[in-house]
Amino acid sequence: MKILVPVKRVVDYNVKVRVKTDGSGIETAGVKMSMNPFDEIAVEEAVRLKEKGVVTEIVAISMGVAQCAETIRTALAMGADRGILVETDADLQPLAVAKLLKAIADEEKPGMIILGKQAIDDDMSATGQMLAALLGWSQGTFASKLSVEGETLTVTREVDGGLETVALKLPSIVTTDLRLNEPRYASLPNIMKARKKTIDNKKPADYGVDPAPRLTTIRVDEPPKRKAGVKVASVAELVSKLRNEAKVI
Amino acid sequence: MTALVLLEFDDSGIKQPSRSAVAAATALGEVHALVAGVDLGAASAAAAKLPGVSKVLVAESAALDHLMAEQTAALLVALAQGYSHILAATTAVGKNVLPRAAALLDVQPISDISAVVDADTFVRPIYAGNGMATVKSSDALKIITVRAASFDPVAVDGGSASIEAVSVGDLPGLSKFVSAELSKSERPELTAARIVISGGRGMQNGDNFSLLDPIADKLGAAVGASRAAVDAGFVPNEFQVGQTGKIVAPELYIAVGISGAIQHLAGMKDSKVIVAINKDEEAPIFQIADYGLVADLFVALPELAAELERS
Repeated sequence: MKILVPVKRVVDYNVKVRVKTDGSGIETAGVKMSMNPFDEIAVEEAVRLKEKGVVTEIVAISMGVAQCAETIRTALAMGADRGILVETDADLQPLAVAKLLKAIADEEKPGMIILGKQAIDDDMSATGQMLAALLGWSQGTFASKLSVEGETLTVTREVDGGLETVALKLPSIVTTDLRLNEPRYASLPNIMKARKKTIDNKKPADYGVDPAPRLTTIRVDEPPKRKAGVKVASVAELVSKLRNEAKVI
Repeated sequence: MTALVLLEFDDSGIKQPSRSAVAAATALGEVHALVAGVDLGAASAAAAKLPGVSKVLVAESAALDHLMAEQTAALLVALAQGYSHILAATTAVGKNVLPRAAALLDVQPISDISAVVDADTFVRPIYAGNGMATVKSSDALKIITVRAASFDPVAVDGGSASIEAVSVGDLPGLSKFVSAELSKSERPELTAARIVISGGRGMQNGDNFSLLDPIADKLGAAVGASRAAVDAGFVPNEFQVGQTGKIVAPELYIAVGISGAIQHLAGMKDSKVIVAINKDEEAPIFQIADYGLVADLFVALPELAAELERS
């Protein structure tokens, strides 16, 4: 089975992001960019499925500015076989991304698409579910475990009260949660090898998709700041403050 | 304008996050509520009592049990006609179902709103809450998940809505519920608790989390954890408070052995009162804590349990 792994280029999760002073968005100039951490988990899972012999080919896809090719290279170095870059300067929102991915899936005919449950920039947590809808496929979101048997994909999902297991008819969309696996670091030889793998360069128009956003960001504000309070010297003082000053216990 | 809210419920009634979603919907206009699944008598009666709800739609079908995404999204699409907004709480169910329904209706969903500005404009956190984006939707229908911690839930009674059964058409048979393994706890749910006490990497192992138990029992608190503690395997993922876990805003949040990574703060910084107990005086958690205690948690926790017991 062929598998597609969409990967997003986002501000590295270690960067302390700042709101632009004019309120137009988040400062991204000169900031370190990396693959969305949940997408790394998706690439890792795809590579593991290939190592198990379930998957024959892994295609990594990214969308956005030209530098998204670097994010695809990272996936190729982890073990993906080839890449597709859909290059655009448009503000891509999950609906447009899902439409583009659907068009790619119609061409590539994968048995499964694995992607992160959420991107750590817009925190939308929507693309996988939307792609499943457009393709008319089943979806296993927030996956912590998956297994393929014949035409059935069994997914254990992280839900609010614990875990839920569902049986899905393939083809399926899987979105990854934290505990699905621990992504590998690409080895130097694999990074070298990845340079020789091919990345197809496409545009949204190649797929007949209008990437125009439906949501307009009017402004971005700093969240209300909390101030540091007081240090207490002992447990007894803490309990007394909580009881008499804050009155919460 | 009429909004439709997908409700989640259990044996004790309509879940608190869903009641917060109703609260958000009441800011938009008339509110209808949807309960779906099997044996809906109690749930539909409970939904009809929610203040602000004028009509309860009841979709009874075994295919809708567990609110699986494929089936529930198809139901929402069938019901969408005539509604200006469709909402649910930002829960595992809401996040799973609503984007799927949105794509089927060619709508860009608006995830995890923390405020309603007007019928088209909403505030939502981005970058783990490091930015609050005000976004305006150009879609005719708005599909929204609601950050429960940002809206006071409506009361459990006071309303008297009409109840109407809706016909459930053909639903896709793409997925099947197999089993659920839910943590059994006498304690309140994390997202609904008045007090939360969470442990971090400083707890050192899963067994040490039992040090939080007597305090949680005494205070009627829920127990949570940082992502570091979950990643280290100390406790299951459903304990996780943070950007990628649960978002909580209790009256009192006690962070024990938690350094205060941005990821974690994103899940609890709206708490009314924050207490931090950490032996590292420089830990960033102290910068947002109302009361900080620099102490070894293995000494402080038993002391705290004893102090609470005493009074």
